[in-house]
Amino acid sequence: MLQNPGPAAQHSLLVSAAVLRQVAEFLRDDASLRLDYCSNVTGVDWPDKVVVETTRSTVPDPAGGPAKVTEQKTERLEPGFLEVVYHLYSMVQRHGPVVVRARTANRTDSATLPSLTPVWRSAEFQEREIFDLFGVVFTGHPDLRRILMWDGFKDYPMRRDYVEPEDYAWEPTPHGDLVEKAKRAQAQSGGAQT
Amino acid sequence: MGPHHPSTHGVFRMVVTLDGERIVKLKPVLGYLHRNHEKIGEATSYLGSMPYTDRLDYLNAMTNNWAYAIAVEKLGGLAVPERAEYIRIILAELSRLQNHVCLAGFLLQDTGASGTPLMYAFRERENILGLFESLSGSRMMCNYQRFGGCRVDPSAEWMQQASTLVEGFGAFLDEFEELITGNEILMARTQGIGVLKAADAVAAGITGPMLRAAGVAYDIRKVDGYGFYPRFNFRVPLGAHGDTYDRYMIRILEMRESIAILRQALRDVPAGPIMDPKAKLRGFSPKPGESYGRIEGPKGEIGFYLISDGSPNPYRYRVRPPSFVNLTVLEDLCLGHTIADSVVILGSIDIVLGEVDR
Repeated sequence: MLQNPGPAAQHSLLVSAAVLRQVAEFLRDDASLRLDYCSNVTGVDWPDKVVVETTRSTVPDPAGGPAKVTEQKTERLEPGFLEVVYHLYSMVQRHGPVVVRARTANRTDSATLPSLTPVWRSAEFQEREIFDLFGVVFTGHPDLRRILMWDGFKDYPMRRDYVEPEDYAWEPTPHGDLVEKAKRAQAQSGGAQT
Repeated sequence: MGPHHPSTHGVFRMVVTLDGERIVKLKPVLGYLHRNHEKIGEATSYLGSMPYTDRLDYLNAMTNNWAYAIAVEKLGGLAVPERAEYIRIILAELSRLQNHVCLAGFLLQDTGASGTPLMYAFRERENILGLFESLSGSRMMCNYQRFGGCRVDPSAEWMQQASTLVEGFGAFLDEFEELITGNEILMARTQGIGVLKAADAVAAGITGPMLRAAGVAYDIRKVDGYGFYPRFNFRVPLGAHGDTYDRYMIRILEMRESIAILRQALRDVPAGPIMDPKAKLRGFSPKPGESYGRIEGPKGEIGFYLISDGSPNPYRYRVRPPSFVNLTVLEDLCLGHTIADSVVILGSIDIVLGEVDR
């Protein structure tokens, strides 16, 4: 259970990837819940972040003066992950939303989660979109292809560290930064463009 | 088919496999209008995204604005004054009228009645857009709602004009129905075509008139009771067959209910402020947290999911687009029908590519 500190107070369930499918089936089929409608599927990118922790230690002064306080700062790398958030409602019992979130192990080699499309078909296009824009690989998805970007596209544009490519054909404009950008691109490609 | 206007629904493409004239496989290809709306939303302030929501479903700027305003209000804990809630309902229902009348016109266009019904529909729509323009300054890109209220207070004269329009709209619907609803060609082209079963519709997350045409009584105006909708007396029309004809008919019936809501709203709208005095539009930075706000848009559930990290820009800005999700069942509806029917079915789903591709 993750608390939402904001005034909306829509708290969410953090489910581990291993049991996500079973939890989803339970939420859909349990007689008192009957969450038969998966409204919204969202991808969220949480990149690696450096957390600075400060520890204070107080050493009493043996001479009886004021205690001496020393601060020690340690830097810790908190690994990032990709998160998928499902907003569930019940059309039969008319309640909701129940917010379910699941996280991938990391952002690079094992950004995988089980697909919930077999449970709620409404996730089909939305999970494809998250695969397309965030790069979360949904195992068990019936038709996992890019949906908004074209098939030959390489990167994941919704990630927060995405850098747009500089290799587009440019038109000369009076904007200095664009000209600089185009020059860099020309230098990289061997200066063939005019 | 496509990407240029399979009929008149925008840059949408379908890869269709045929057996003779029958469709055996159909895959929609999207993204021709993709500009990564959500990424732009993350780079913009909360207020700055408001005019950009107009460009999602560009027929219904008013309801997009409202859905976004509700999400931000939940995020920031803002209240909305009573008069503003009434104005929102008036504008949302006017928006629903012009969306549905457009849809009916385009659907007839798709069945081959080129021009005439569409122009009848556009004539009425233009009156409503004229009202929007006199209030907000723009026909379609209204940028009218604000979190905590609305931007301009409509004058008594505007309310009078709106009342006149609403009173005349029923007569237009009668005329339209007399010409169209019992039409033999429309019935032949739509009845029994593209049948959507209730269970499939719920599983695929279909919302809006399309869901109700399949016979599922789920209207967010009734379920969530957002705004002041619980104060209003209106019915939720349901379809019995879930075919294209039901999807046409449900829009006509919803327009009649919208007229009933508008009559009550225009009669009861109170005087008072239109903005929450606590709402700070510029530099609005809510406390860390998240919220999901949704309303019943003319095309289905339009929702916004926002995550705040305390800065003036949202950390995550997500749009839940109704017509994108409604497209999930397009293939199922079209299988076994002809190419000409697929265009009519697509028309009855009611998509807007500004919202599908974002």
